[in-house]
This record gives sequence, C-alpha cells and structure tokens, in this order.
Amino acid sequence: MEIGLVELSRMQFALTAMYHFLFVPLTLGLSILVAIMETVYVMTNRPIWRQMTKFWGTLFGINFVLGVATGITMEFQFGMNWSYYSHYVGDIFGAPLAIEGLMAFFLEATFVGLFFFGWDKLSKVQHMVVAWLVAIGSNFSALWILIANGWMQNPVGAEFNPDTMRMEMTSFFDVLFNEVAQAKFVHTVSAGYVTASVFVLGVSALYLIQNKHKDLARRSIAVASAFGLAAALSVVVLGDESGYSASHTQKMKLAAIEAMWETHDAPAPFTAIGFPDQEARETHYAVEIPWAMGLIGTRSLTQEIPGINDLVAESEDRIREGLIAYDALMTIREQREATPQAVRDTFEMHSENLGFALLLKRYVDDPRDATEEQIMMAADDTVPGVAPLFWAFRLMVALGFSFIAVMAYFFYRASFRNMQFPRWSLYAAVAIIPTPWIAAELGWFVAEFGRQPWTVDGVLPTALSASHLSIADLLITLAGFLIFYSVLFVIEVSLMVKYIRKGPFQDVEETNAWQERHEARLRSETPAPTLDATPAE
Amino acid sequence: MILFELIEYDILRVIWWALLGVLLIGFALTDGFDMGVGALLPFVAKTDVERRVAINTVGPVWEGNQVWFILGGGAIFAAWPPLYAVSFSGFYLAMFVVLAAFIVRPVAFKYRSKRDDATWRTRWDWALFAGGAVPALLFGVAVGNVLLGVPFYLTEDLMPMYPGNFAIKFIGLLRPFALLAGVVSLSMLLMHGAAWLSLKAEGVVAERARSIGVKAGIVAAAGYALAGLWLAFGVDGFALGEVVANGPSNPLYSEVTRGGSWLTAYSDRPWIVAAPAMGFVGIALAVMGLKAGREVSTLLWSKLGILGIISSVGLTMFPFILPSTLDPNSSLTVWDSSSSHQTLFIMLVVTAIFMPLILMYTAWVYKVLWGKVTEAQVTENADTVY
Repeated sequence: MEIGLVELSRMQFALTAMYHFLFVPLTLGLSILVAIMETVYVMTNRPIWRQMTKFWGTLFGINFVLGVATGITMEFQFGMNWSYYSHYVGDIFGAPLAIEGLMAFFLEATFVGLFFFGWDKLSKVQHMVVAWLVAIGSNFSALWILIANGWMQNPVGAEFNPDTMRMEMTSFFDVLFNEVAQAKFVHTVSAGYVTASVFVLGVSALYLIQNKHKDLARRSIAVASAFGLAAALSVVVLGDESGYSASHTQKMKLAAIEAMWETHDAPAPFTAIGFPDQEARETHYAVEIPWAMGLIGTRSLTQEIPGINDLVAESEDRIREGLIAYDALMTIREQREATPQAVRDTFEMHSENLGFALLLKRYVDDPRDATEEQIMMAADDTVPGVAPLFWAFRLMVALGFSFIAVMAYFFYRASFRNMQFPRWSLYAAVAIIPTPWIAAELGWFVAEFGRQPWTVDGVLPTALSASHLSIADLLITLAGFLIFYSVLFVIEVSLMVKYIRKGPFQDVEETNAWQERHEARLRSETPAPTLDATPAE
Repeated sequence: MILFELIEYDILRVIWWALLGVLLIGFALTDGFDMGVGALLPFVAKTDVERRVAINTVGPVWEGNQVWFILGGGAIFAAWPPLYAVSFSGFYLAMFVVLAAFIVRPVAFKYRSKRDDATWRTRWDWALFAGGAVPALLFGVAVGNVLLGVPFYLTEDLMPMYPGNFAIKFIGLLRPFALLAGVVSLSMLLMHGAAWLSLKAEGVVAERARSIGVKAGIVAAAGYALAGLWLAFGVDGFALGEVVANGPSNPLYSEVTRGGSWLTAYSDRPWIVAAPAMGFVGIALAVMGLKAGREVSTLLWSKLGILGIISSVGLTMFPFILPSTLDPNSSLTVWDSSSSHQTLFIMLVVTAIFMPLILMYTAWVYKVLWGKVTEAQVTENADTVY
C-alpha cells in the first residue's frame, strides 16, 4: 500500500482515537464503582467505604484527566484532518457532538472538581450526589458519541441536498434511535464497566497477595465482581445485538468478519477458526459450526446471509446507479434553479447510491469517465480487509466470554465462600488487568476497520473525506502526537503505580477521627476552610 | 416534522451567529482566567507554596471551564459545518499547537503536585505557563487572520483548499496585524487572570498579580485602539453582494467583493459602537479596580471589557464569518455557511434546555468554592490539593 495523505490521516485518527480509548473505559466504569462505594458509605456510615471511595477516586482522577486531555483532540480533528467529511455530514454528525458537550461533558467536568475539592464543603449526601453526577455525565458522553458513531455505520434520517452538496438531517429521531447506536452504546459502556471491574479486582488481588489493605481489598472485590459480572453478561448480549443489527445494516462488514465469501443456504454455518485468503476469496482450514451464523445473524433458520462475492456484485450495480445520480447532480449544479424537474426527479430516485459513484473518485476525477475496469476495481474496494477483521473479532469474543467466567468465579467466592480467594486466583486476577483494554481496542478496530472503504457507510468514501493538507503537515503532527502521547502515557502509568503502591490514604482510626470532626463542624456551622481539610498523612 | 419552520431560517442563522459569540465569550470569560493564571504563574508566584496557591485558585474549576472550548468546537461543527471544516484544516499546525497546549495543561494541573520533586514540579509549572500563554496568544492571532481574510478557496464540490507549503502557511499566520491581535488577546487574558488572582489569592501573590494586571490592562486597551486604527486605514474589508438570507448554505452561490473598510459597519449600524465602548470602559474600570485593590467588581469589569472586545469583532464583520482572500466568493457568511434549517432548530431547542442548567450548576459550584485560597490551606492539605 502506498502511504499517501489519506493513509497518514487514517493512521493519525487511529492513533489518537485508540489512545483516547485507553482512558475512557476506565473512566466510564470507575466513575460508577466509586459512586456505588460512596453510596454504601452514606448508607452505612462505615469509614472504610469512605476510604475506598477516596482511594479509587484518586486513581480515577489520574486516569480521568488523560481521558479529557486526549478527548480534546477528538473534538477538533474532524475539522483539521477530515474537512470534506466535516462539510459533507456535519449537518448530522455535528449535532450529537455538540449535544454531548451541552448535556454530558459540562456536567462531568464541572462536578469532577467538586468531587476532589469538595469533601469539606459539602454534606455527605451532597458529595455523593456529586459523585453520581460525574458518573452520569461520563456515561451520557458515551451515549452521544456512540449516536454519532452509530450514524457513520448506519446513516439513517438524512438525505443528500444537491444545492449544498452535503447530507442534511431529515429526522433527528431516526438519528437518535438508530438501532446500531443504541446497541453500540450499551455494548461500549458495559465494556467500560468490565474494564473498571477487572482493574479494581486486579489491584485488590495484588493487595491480598501482599497481605495489606485487606479490608479495602476484600470489599472492593465484592463490589467489582458483582458489578463486573452483570457488565460482562451485558457486553456479550449487546455484542450479539450489534451483530444482529449488522446483518441488515452492514452486510459487508458482517460477511468480512465471518470470512463468508459465498452466500450459504440458510442457516449458514459459523466459521469458528480458519485462515481467510483475500486474494483467492476463500478460507483455508475452516472449522465450521453448522447453523450458528444463521442463528446469530438473522435469528431465523430460513433467512440467508449474503456472502462477500454477492455483495461485491451488488456494489457494482450500485456504482452504476450512483453514476446516474452523479450525472444528474452535475446538471443541477450547473443550472441551479433552472434545472428541469425531470433531472431533479432522476437525482432523487438514485441519490441513495451517489456515494457508490464517489468510490470512483479514487481512480478518475469525473466518475462518469470511469472505465469498466475501474468500476470493477471500485466494487472490489468495498470489501474491507477480511483476515484482520476475522481474527480481531474472534479474539475479542473469546476475551468477552472469559470475563464472564472470571467475574462469576470471584463473585461466587466473595458471596458464598466468605471472601476467601485461593492464591492462584489472585495472581490470575493481577495478570489479566490489561486484557479488557485489548478487547476494547479490538472492538473498535472491528467496528471502524470493518466500515472501510467508507467513513459513512455507503455515503462517503474515506479516500474523499480527508483534508487537502501536505504530507509534511501530517508527518509533523503524527510524530508530534506519537511522542507527546507516549510521554504522557508513561507518566500516567508511573503515577498510577505510585498511588497503588502508596495505597489508601488513611487508617481507619484516622478516618474515624476525621468523621467526628467533620460532623462536629457541620453541626456548629463554622465557616469551612476553602480547600480540602482532610488531615495530611 | 415541520415544527422547525416555527422559526424562519434567517432568524435561526442570526441566533446561531449570536450563540457562536456567546460560546466564544463564555470560553474567554471562564477559561480565560485559567489561561491568564497559567501565563502569570512564573511571575506572580516564586516559591512552591505560592505557586500552589495560584494553581489552586483555579484547581477545582478549570476542568468545567475548558468545556466551553470543547463545546465551542462541537457547536461550530453542528451549526456552522463549513466554518468547522475550513478553519481548523486551514489553521492546521496552529491548531495542533493549541491542542498540544490544551492537552498538556490538564495533565499539568493534575500531576504537578503528585510528586515531591522540585524538577518535576518546575517542569509542570512551565507546562502550565505555556498551556496558558500560547493559546491566549494564538486565539488572538487567529482572530486577526480572520479579519485580514484567509487564503483558501472552495472547489465546485465545496472541498476546502489551501495552496502553498506547510511552513509558509504556518508562518504566514504571523502577519503584523494578526500579531497585534494576539498581543491584545494575551494581555486581555493576563488582566483577567490577575483580576481572578486578586479575588481568590491573598498576600504577595495577589499583590504581584494586581501590579502585572494593571500593566496588562493598559497594553490591552492601547493594542485594541491601535488595531482599530489599523483596521480603519490599513486593512481591506469585504462586502457581500445580493443578500439571500433564506437560501441554501452554499458559499459559492453568493458574490463577495474585497475592498473598502470593515469599519463602514459603524456607519451602517451605528449602535454597534456600544461594543468597543464596553471594551474600553471595562478595561479602564478593571485597571482602576486592580490599582485600588477592589476584588469582585474588578473581575466583573474585566469580564465586561472582554465581552466588549470579542463582540466588537463579530459585530464589525457581520455577516462575514471567514472571508477568503484567494477567492472572495468562497467566503463564509452567516447566510451561506450554516447547517440546515432543521438542524439549527433542533440545536436551538437543545441549547435552550441545557444552557440554563449549565449556568445554574456552574454558579452553584462557584458558590460552594467561594472564598480565598491561603498558603495555610495548601500546606495543611499538601497531599490532597493540586
């Protein structure tokens, strides 16, 4: 592959987005776990739960700030690196991003400061409410981002306006209740909950191995395993829902993930393992489970799932249809208001395939000049890279199922075995800390690499979406982000390690003393000091 | 749904033009003092404790304040997609520098005091300085460039294009007038940061801040006056031909000529002189307040000054948002670069619901955090504050 502007732009987006998502899942889950812990504290009034809230809250804070910092890049780089995309779909895509800011990000960012600085300025209940507002804000953020992303996968509620040369919203509710977006939202936040649960579980297991902070560790495991078990089940169920919605919204992505070259008589088998060969369009050494694919993908025994070869043929038809729309569009553009109604009607009839004609722009300036060979090439382009998708998906699913097993085991030991955990299980819990991040990144890879060659499925090709920058521009920023983010990552991990080593802030006695003072102060209503007056260690 | 036709397209465009101003001003008024404090840090605070006092005055609020910037980006994307597409890719490397500053700043706030190590802390202090000063300067430079016009054009497909080498494009932003605008914006935010420190800090930190703030305010007012003269005599304005306020958002449909002066706006719409007047009055009273040691009123006057200066730019340029020097017809105006009628309406409804909520809870948070940050508090809580 020749590395051009589009490839560099994609690399930069992949780098910054995947890096951002190193921090987001932990924020999503830990914010809720911390709020749960603080709620238990408020309900039981036991200082240990306050200690837990503060300890996990500190780790949450170290992680949160990098999620925020790297999120800034995400908000702006559509305009910086994908300016044609921004113009072409901003009318729809921009709205959820702006609403995310208004409804969610303002909430979490405004209250997160109070969470850390407000212990002495707020009553216990007020502070708990603040913790929940941070958690709710974070999770609502994810909702709107996934509504935006869901629209890229399944662009509903919009149509092309020839006068403005862009897609425009026709139904906000269709965009909002896009089935792909809804399934993705629950799948993604649940993945975040699993990530945080595995993190809390692993760090707590480390403390038990080291024989310290045992009260905190045991209770943390109890909370994390219960929450994590529910979340791990939800990830898999909603992952299945995403697969089901892909069977009618993104047929090509589904076929590529499954390396289904030919349409199989229903119900199709599921290829558990095999070696997809894109050149030959076949999968070597395939191990198949009969019926499984048909059942998962269509939830029926009679519905067919189209294979890649048939879908390429369909793409070819759609390119030809798209060319009719493109030709009409050029007439409309020249004649503007004077365009005969017949031409506008022709355009309307074929406009849903306009994006397919734009696939030819990679090969010719005017798609109408494309040769037969170029049309075939463009149709072939609609197949994403099968082998990487096939493997990434299988690894993600295997990890997803293993989280259920892990969480179920710890939940069982915590609930029915008096919180006694065999030593091997503690070592295992520490060892698997990185795995949810791997699963989450693989999930995004499957979703976005599987969407290629489109930025917006069937509407706008990736090759057309990028800004016309110079290669030097891209090299400078790509290197800049790479170095900059790597340094921040090292610093973040080192601080995490430092604070995990350091452990919870206070002994229980100290916490008790703090609580007495705190309550006395609230009773006497003397003016509270400005900053957090928790006693220093 | 035809609900959106309740409000005419042209009225929605004007409302969203005003909201764009509200967001930029909201950003400057809140995050502005965070940036100001960062840029003042090495000068108002010498010892570690002094620095921690200065940092902790904004410690609990910078995160919420920064959302004005993020929301600004999102709202431009949603309401003015061509502006989002053209400006951020056009100012590519400058945007990268701004992003780098906004990425390093949160991390610096959060991580600075997490290690008891002088070198570590000094490095993060410099990061806070750069994270405040660099964007404060560059935002002004960007505004200066917008007034001068930006060298881009749109193809027939409405793809934004910027001919030229990357280095020339970046250095090309640093034109004298744009640099002057940068100085105005930097000094204005330094004054604002000083007003904030005067309110939230005490002792030597507040004193030093006041003394720098006075000078910064004078520079800001003088620079602003000079920029006005420059606009009158040395900068070409742009003029829009026939106005089609309800037409499709296609910049190429309208005709734009370059020449004349931006300041003809003041004879067409004399009332807009209120904006620069607010700018001068606000700064003057803020400077006097800093000298006299008044706290709350000084911050409010400083806000008024910033409000006046930023709104004067928008009002002077109306209906232009981003004029093009290479192909004036490609210029983006209020009438031809908005979102669709429906999207503008939906976004207005959402904003009308959430903006009051945001203002209410933000006000509550500031109320809870009311009061000065003292050295004693910072030393006593060395492990938990920034």
